[in-house]
Amino acid sequence: MSQIALWGAVELGLVYAFVALGVYLAFRVLDFPDLTVDGTFPLGAAVTAVLIMAGVNPWVSAFVAMLAGALAGLVTAALNVRFKILNLLASILTMIALFSVNLRVMGRPNVALLSVDTMLTPFYGNGLRDFMVRPLFLLVLAIVALIVVWRYLESDAGLAMRATGANARMARAQGINTDRQIYLGIALSNALVALGGALFAQTNGFADVTSGVGTIVVGLAAVIIGETLFGTRRILIALIGCVVGSILYRIAIQLALSSDSLGLQASDLNLVTAVLVTFALVLPRLKRGVLSS
Amino acid sequence: MIVLDNIHVVFGRGTPLEKKALAGVSLTIKEGAFTTVIGSNGAGKSTLLGVLAGDVIPTEGSVRIGTSDVTKLPTAARAGRVARVFQDPLAGSCGALSIEENLALAYRRGQRRGLKLALGHQRRKLFRERIAELDLGLENRMSDRMAMLSGGQRQAVSLVMAMMASCDVLLLDEHTAALDPGMAEFVMRLTEKIVGANKLTTLMVTHSMRQALDYGDRTIMLHGGEIVLDVEGNNRRNLEVEDLIDMFRRVRGQTLDDDELLIAE
Repeated sequence: MSQIALWGAVELGLVYAFVALGVYLAFRVLDFPDLTVDGTFPLGAAVTAVLIMAGVNPWVSAFVAMLAGALAGLVTAALNVRFKILNLLASILTMIALFSVNLRVMGRPNVALLSVDTMLTPFYGNGLRDFMVRPLFLLVLAIVALIVVWRYLESDAGLAMRATGANARMARAQGINTDRQIYLGIALSNALVALGGALFAQTNGFADVTSGVGTIVVGLAAVIIGETLFGTRRILIALIGCVVGSILYRIAIQLALSSDSLGLQASDLNLVTAVLVTFALVLPRLKRGVLSS
Repeated sequence: MIVLDNIHVVFGRGTPLEKKALAGVSLTIKEGAFTTVIGSNGAGKSTLLGVLAGDVIPTEGSVRIGTSDVTKLPTAARAGRVARVFQDPLAGSCGALSIEENLALAYRRGQRRGLKLALGHQRRKLFRERIAELDLGLENRMSDRMAMLSGGQRQAVSLVMAMMASCDVLLLDEHTAALDPGMAEFVMRLTEKIVGANKLTTLMVTHSMRQALDYGDRTIMLHGGEIVLDVEGNNRRNLEVEDLIDMFRRVRGQTLDDDELLIAE
């Protein structure tokens, strides 16, 4: 694997680190399998791309993308909490709807962000090569997001969210409005995923309506790889695991695809993804099996 | 003070499975009284606790806790007034969270939860002191997950959790039923100590007639969703388990054969 390919893998891994943090909030903290993210990732990309093309500040456009993602999350949460639709199904409904919404937002399936300023523009040309600037920029943002999520989960409010996912009945007996926690958590989760989408659009220079396919699998893969390598005992460690897991996942994919001996090609990406995620899911069991026998 | 006024609870109304769980229960419990509740399965004990906790909203009647009418308030909205220990040791705490995190949850029971650190230095110290009073050695395991404790240890911690924030009533839902006899004894002694020290208004549901008479200062018996026995003071002091069983037979008008779960000792 070339140096550029490695930096590229790290860059993409850091973009999806935001997805991983969002997926962690929904799946692990709230125990809410949320597939909305397959729609919110391209939604974030679409919103930021359209706004930037309209002359809006790229940072503001990313923030609006997060709000759009949060809104999509609220729809899923409302379908589940208010109308008692099974959480998984509720999220699939929103995800399907978002495909059309994203096309409406962009007006076409694909928006290019060429020759416009993005969040990264001010950082280019300061001595570092462009392919290094992007991952470094993303790393700083990812660390900020990680610290914010960590601090929140360690607060009284965050503890209420964790209790909601761990034992809802107990949470209610402690005076926690579990419905409100689900709204809040799924909104936060999707805001993070939409931010990932917005950063994807700004670093890659385009937004595409199909870019959301499999987002949930990639996010989950990162979470699980992180858990396998780092454990789940402490929140901070688990969150770091999400970010590192996301990067390692991308490197693993890059290695698999660039290794001539395996004879894989780019179109095998989804198959490789599925195999890797399955492997990551089975690995903890295998480890336990080996230890106990 | 707690006032239940003519409480009716009907589950599955209008369906073939319609069940009248409570049929006109009226009950006034004085401030600081420790009341035990007995009755066979399906007598309405759990429903009665549910009505007080907010899990069950009565079909008819009103519930007052302290000075306010809480009849329609859901569980979370009245949690500031109601502390609770469940029968299932797994139900009352979060197994995935640590002992101190569970205590932090209970510490803010019924209050707004903001962005303050859940486990600041001072809170950690306070939680440790409270847990140390149990004398179970758990103060050295504060960051262990709750799931790693035994059922008895979890119930003991649940009692400490119930006392982390102020409350108007403590509800104990057969909280020793799932424990081995030794641990059940320990948890009951702890209960008595805590209730006595805090002069708490307490309602304890139990399957054991022995327990119902040995603890507290008033005993009520439920049957078919109605209160069929209500004793306190001298009448209660002279009461033996056998008398209780006799009374129970009389109200049932039949033998106790089908009530194996009603334990005399």
